[in-house]
Amino acid sequence: MAIIIDKDTKVLVTGFTGRIGSFHAQDMINHGTNVVGGVTPGKGGTTHLGLPVFNTVKGAVAETGAELVVSFVPPPFAADSIMEAADAGIKTCVCIADGIPAQDMIHVKRYMRRYKSQNRMRLIGPNCAGIITPGQAFAGLMPPHIYKPGRVGIVGRSGTLGYEAASQMSERGIGVSSSIGIGGDPINGSSFKDILELFEADPETDAVVLVGEIGGPQEAEAAEYIRDHMTKPVAAYIAGLSAPKGRRMGHAGAIVSAFGESAQEKVDILQEAGVTIVPTPSSFGEVVEKMVA
Amino acid sequence: MDIHEYQAKEMLKRFGVNVPRGGIAYSPEQAVYRCSELSGDKWVVKAQIHSGARGKAGGVRICSTEEEVSDAAQWMLGRKLVTHQTGPQGKLVSRLYVEEATSIAQEIYLGFVMDRKEERVVVVASAQGGMEIEEISENEPDSIIRSVVDPAVGMQSFQAREIAFSLGLEAPLIPQAVKTIMGCYQLVSETDANMVEINPLVVTAAGEIVALDAKLAFDDNALFRHPDISELRDKSQEDPRETYAGDRGLSYIGLEGKIGCIVNGAGLAMATLDMIKMSGGEPANFLDVGGGASPERVLKSFKAVLNDRNVEAILVNIFAGINRCDWIAEGVILAVKELDLKMPLVVRLSGTNVEEGMKLLAESGLNITTASSLAEAADKVVGAWKASQNDLAEAS
Repeated sequence: MAIIIDKDTKVLVTGFTGRIGSFHAQDMINHGTNVVGGVTPGKGGTTHLGLPVFNTVKGAVAETGAELVVSFVPPPFAADSIMEAADAGIKTCVCIADGIPAQDMIHVKRYMRRYKSQNRMRLIGPNCAGIITPGQAFAGLMPPHIYKPGRVGIVGRSGTLGYEAASQMSERGIGVSSSIGIGGDPINGSSFKDILELFEADPETDAVVLVGEIGGPQEAEAAEYIRDHMTKPVAAYIAGLSAPKGRRMGHAGAIVSAFGESAQEKVDILQEAGVTIVPTPSSFGEVVEKMVA
Repeated sequence: MDIHEYQAKEMLKRFGVNVPRGGIAYSPEQAVYRCSELSGDKWVVKAQIHSGARGKAGGVRICSTEEEVSDAAQWMLGRKLVTHQTGPQGKLVSRLYVEEATSIAQEIYLGFVMDRKEERVVVVASAQGGMEIEEISENEPDSIIRSVVDPAVGMQSFQAREIAFSLGLEAPLIPQAVKTIMGCYQLVSETDANMVEINPLVVTAAGEIVALDAKLAFDDNALFRHPDISELRDKSQEDPRETYAGDRGLSYIGLEGKIGCIVNGAGLAMATLDMIKMSGGEPANFLDVGGGASPERVLKSFKAVLNDRNVEAILVNIFAGINRCDWIAEGVILAVKELDLKMPLVVRLSGTNVEEGMKLLAESGLNITTASSLAEAADKVVGAWKASQNDLAEAS
């Protein structure tokens, strides 16, 4: 497999019977994802989209052996759904909700420390488009047809900007091993560094594209990791060069509030760490093509 | 969401933090009446706007007579105060807070923030209060005390004591300081505040600890569980373009340029603004139309963009995942017809149902320029905008 998800990964959908959960679960199934069922409290024992519905994640894990949860639970209840997955022994939880209170995420992160690091669930998101291993499976709401299977990893905060990168690469015949959306929230699960570590260790990935934006310390942390530990080439684009200071640009986390958080500062830090900079959002294809040539 | 100083002080008081006595005033007469209520011989008249650094802009005046209070109120009310936080257009003063003056022996900085690196609430304090925190960290970095709160158990008294002693406070003041710090943390955890800043927190000549100024900001994502805080919203302090768009459920930020933007996804929207700038234009706004946008929602977005009278050209940039290019195209056509749009319009569609979308635009017979890549779209809209400016110049 590439990273985190492949065609055999047993996927459980929480918020399964809702309008949004149903729509995307069906799309995931249509594209080969091994969806084993879903969870909607109170609807356990019924079937939906031809799959079993459970009341609890623990119940679903016991019956199906699910390893990955994709949560379409709405923001006020999403933090609870993440903790439920963590407690049920799920390996990876992909959380789509945009609008989880920051204090709820602080509690989620604290809660997850109850588990020893080797047993701790990997959280992707929230406020993300999901994850995909092209040609095999995906968990989230991305359009799978724009990704070509291949050997370049993508990790990014933004969904649509990740699509932009993938489609520019596809046009030049460059495929993707896995694409991971870490989401646009200020307090999130996996960081850029966490995902870069996986790509560095993945024999099916040769190079990585990082799609960052203004706000927060994670690009700088990634730069340090790339400089000290990565052997594979990395290209990066940072959105928000024209963003005014102190304004929240759509994503709750896209706000410049401290030194090192502006796009230009992040570009400089990444460049110093040996990362190839994608200068414009229209040059992903060109830059990556040169990098992997 | 930001609130006014007087509202912040009311909340702090509820959580056991000392604040000076004071009252709100909407007219010079009320301001004078507040003085008589407060009695004493010195008062502070403070303009209530959502910004710091009001003093430098004339928004804080210490007065010793009722005439001075009346004059200060007269000068402030109805005025737009410009600070480095308000932008050049400034913020309108429509209410004042009149407070008893406080004799200051020492000024302290006390702040609570959601720290993104720690992923926890962090308390920041300094004995060098009165300056902005940015200045303190530049001039007196060693004076900054940081304390991280474990969310599992919340702030503990010993942490508050450590902060108080590190600030160099005398022993008799410690219990008051602890009560203040614990109260602020309680406020943060109960109200979903993502920032509390008391600057300065002062020790008065009489040996009391009092919050002389206060700034609170709340997590917009948590307002659903705090209707009482939502009520404190003051739309007069917001950019009217943003209020208009926000009330219609759109994620919009007003900027200073001429080229309006309608994009899906926050990251792509930011990248689109960057691209317009690189092509030699200036964006008028950030707008994320969201996922699964219907033609009606696209029409709403056009209305929000055109609500800014400075807009002279529009760029629509959609990379449809859960969106559908044919719906977007229908929305664009609807908007051009309904709003009788004459200015240059460039539409870039990509992703789900792109062929159907492009076909709809081509067959509409409307003057819509299309583009297939982001670079092409940005170049075209900036080019069309410049050409329209030249036409106008020639016509005049």
